[in-house]
Amino acid sequence: MTLTKEAAQAAKAASHKKSELNTRIRASFQQLLAFASLLALVLFFSVASSNFYQAANLSNILLSTVVTGLLALGTTFVIITGGIDLSIGTGMTLCSVMTAVFMTQMGMPMIVGVLCGVLFGALMGGINGFLVAVMKIPSFIATLAMMMVAAGLALVISGTKPVYTNEVAGFQKIFALGKSIPGLVIPNAVFILFAAAIIAGLLLSKTILGRYTYSIGSNMQATALSGVNVTKWTVMIYTVAGCFTGLAGVIATARLNSAQPAGGAGLELQAIAAVVIGGTSLAGGKGSIIGTVIGALIMSVLTNGLSIMSIPQEWQQVAVGVVILLAVYLDMMRRKKAVN
Amino acid sequence: MSKKLLRISGVNKSFPGVKALSDMQLDLGHNEVLALVGENGAGKSTLMKLLSGIYVPDSGTFEIDGTDVSINGTKHAQELGISIIHQEFNLMQDLTVAQNIYIGREPRFGGLFLSERALNRKARLLFDQINIDLDPKARVGDLTVAKQQMVEIAKALSYKSRILIMDEPTAALNDAEVATLHDLIRNFTNESTGVIYISHRMDELKAISNRITVIRDGEYIDTVNTADTTMPEVINLMVGREISGNQRPEPHQPSDEVVLKVTGLGTRDFLKDINFELHKGEILGFAGLMGAGRTEVARAIVGADKLSAGTIELNGRDVTIANPAAAAALGVGYLSEDRKHLGLLLERDVKDNIALSSLKMFSRMGVLNDKAMKSSAATYIDKLRIKTPSSAQIAKNLSGGNQQKIVIAKWLVKDCDILIFDEPTRGIDVGAKEEIYALLNELLAQGKSIIMISSELPEVLRLSHRIAVMSEGRLTGFLSNEEASQEKIMELATLNIASSVLAPVPSSSAQRVTN
Repeated sequence: MTLTKEAAQAAKAASHKKSELNTRIRASFQQLLAFASLLALVLFFSVASSNFYQAANLSNILLSTVVTGLLALGTTFVIITGGIDLSIGTGMTLCSVMTAVFMTQMGMPMIVGVLCGVLFGALMGGINGFLVAVMKIPSFIATLAMMMVAAGLALVISGTKPVYTNEVAGFQKIFALGKSIPGLVIPNAVFILFAAAIIAGLLLSKTILGRYTYSIGSNMQATALSGVNVTKWTVMIYTVAGCFTGLAGVIATARLNSAQPAGGAGLELQAIAAVVIGGTSLAGGKGSIIGTVIGALIMSVLTNGLSIMSIPQEWQQVAVGVVILLAVYLDMMRRKKAVN
Repeated sequence: MSKKLLRISGVNKSFPGVKALSDMQLDLGHNEVLALVGENGAGKSTLMKLLSGIYVPDSGTFEIDGTDVSINGTKHAQELGISIIHQEFNLMQDLTVAQNIYIGREPRFGGLFLSERALNRKARLLFDQINIDLDPKARVGDLTVAKQQMVEIAKALSYKSRILIMDEPTAALNDAEVATLHDLIRNFTNESTGVIYISHRMDELKAISNRITVIRDGEYIDTVNTADTTMPEVINLMVGREISGNQRPEPHQPSDEVVLKVTGLGTRDFLKDINFELHKGEILGFAGLMGAGRTEVARAIVGADKLSAGTIELNGRDVTIANPAAAAALGVGYLSEDRKHLGLLLERDVKDNIALSSLKMFSRMGVLNDKAMKSSAATYIDKLRIKTPSSAQIAKNLSGGNQQKIVIAKWLVKDCDILIFDEPTRGIDVGAKEEIYALLNELLAQGKSIIMISSELPEVLRLSHRIAVMSEGRLTGFLSNEEASQEKIMELATLNIASSVLAPVPSSSAQRVTN
């Protein structure tokens, strides 16, 4: 009797382990696929052009990933809840202008200015969250409106002129080339991106904020019925996402040593594309930070590699579009298979 | 007299235009499984929603262990020890089993960080305690429906509930799983707990319940001891005797000509071996409880769902129907039960809705002929007596009955000979119902043939020449109108074919573990 019971227990444990392994492999398949595509792209461009696999160029690729990458990190949270954030592009520009204004016209010390820039992003995110969760405005509309508001405010506050930050001591170093790893010249901004990615990853997988992000995206009503304050947490999630927009604004300012008030539109779509290529579902409930990072890298490798091969910019856009379609289609096929 | 675990009395609840519950009462003893039965729409769901804090009653008292309580919201209900397992699952498909069970209550450190290991350990402990086999780390979306049901139950039990309410918990379970569930329930009930068990399966009530409370049309009817009663008695109480139920179809003889013949029809995971014939000029009623598979039969016939077996003959010719458009082209129209979502363009006007399925008829080289659409709409508004100021009225501004008539008109324009009506009078008031009935009879006189799916037995009895009864994805019997009664239909509708035909396998929980 006890023997059979033990055997049953063992069988149960074994079958659980097996199913767990299966689930894990399946869950990481999209990431593996994305990562393999990234490697394949790198390999392809390395063979196609001798200029591609050069330290300077690789560093360029990483640099060009920073701003969209940060935006993509934040918006990953929003997309996993089943929402969308269109305001991150021009919102980043507004944060950039605000950071410059904080540090120059308002004379804040550099560190304080940077912090306020990030917090301003959080404020914008919080407003988005309020509109979506409390006012119940669909996220597409709410953030579309915010996108326009931010674009306008950036111009108003800056007087439509760039705000220069040359005189802020040490500010440029945020972006500048660092010497952290001997022999490899990696810009500080790239380290900031990876640090931000690690923080985002931890937030999403190890904290209750992350758990509710998935839960709300998976089934908002069920989450609410389980006693979770969905309104409060949605506002929190959008606020956290806004921090990344703020950080992107700070970095963008440091990069150009000035805030350019007219830019930013269109970046939100690149960020969303990176998130989607990384396997995050626009329907909500699914996604990962590592996927988003890989997605962002795929976007920059593709653009950079095509430029190096002297493919005109128009065609680069076509290529990026095709890659997005391919990535999403493959993901859908895979899910369909999993269901059957 | 000892205090009851739960006692409710004098409960009233109205929604705009509908009295859902009136003077409802119910009591649940300690260590008791109370079955709650009633026809579709009798008020069971409303009662459950009141108990779980989703609705607030208009009046009435709720007592737990003799103490007056008022239930404010779902969280408060949980705190009072009331847990409910809804018929539709409230699970997060993308989260794991353990994450689902402890959502909102996850073990954490530093106030913000999750401890996944503690979470899984807690879940495993719970599963051992209540003796169910679930993997805490499995993603809920990957589980079978039965396992998801187990997750729901585990979740409810994890709240240390004293009153567990289950709304048709076995609708999706097979016999072995039902046995496991019943074991769970018996383990759960003790001197401080009780279960309210809603089910349509009469054989199950016999097996699991101590008493049975019957409600009908929002009113309390009776409570009987399960041991001292027979199932036909319970069915009698459920159905009651209604004057309107005694009307029968007008003497009109359908011909012997078979217009539709379905043989051995099945779908991959639900319908099994469906065989029937539809005669010209006949109304064939489809009766059965919710989820019995009536709508699925209709969907399979018009090609909305994929067949896994069986053939369909139209006027003696074998046909393969790929999709509803193909069905319509062959003269078979399906009028969905979900008028608002699947039958109408609510934001468009009457004329557009009527012409929608036949736009080809009203256009030349892709350009629509508005005048022709208008005049055709006018004809049908007249013919069907649709009450609308004009054909330009937006559909959503019309009453339910008139909306239904628009849907009917749409299919008449298309000139379908076989019409499948799914709940043709749902959400329609009594007067408009009469008009729809008259209309169906007129259609018969014009030589159309009708399949009518309805959950209202008086309606089925009144209109159908023959009645096909379904239960759990199978046809359990045909009744001619003369021999049919509400009681006989309910008997067939609650027949558990799967377990009565296939001899019940001794289903111990040990067996489950090893497969």
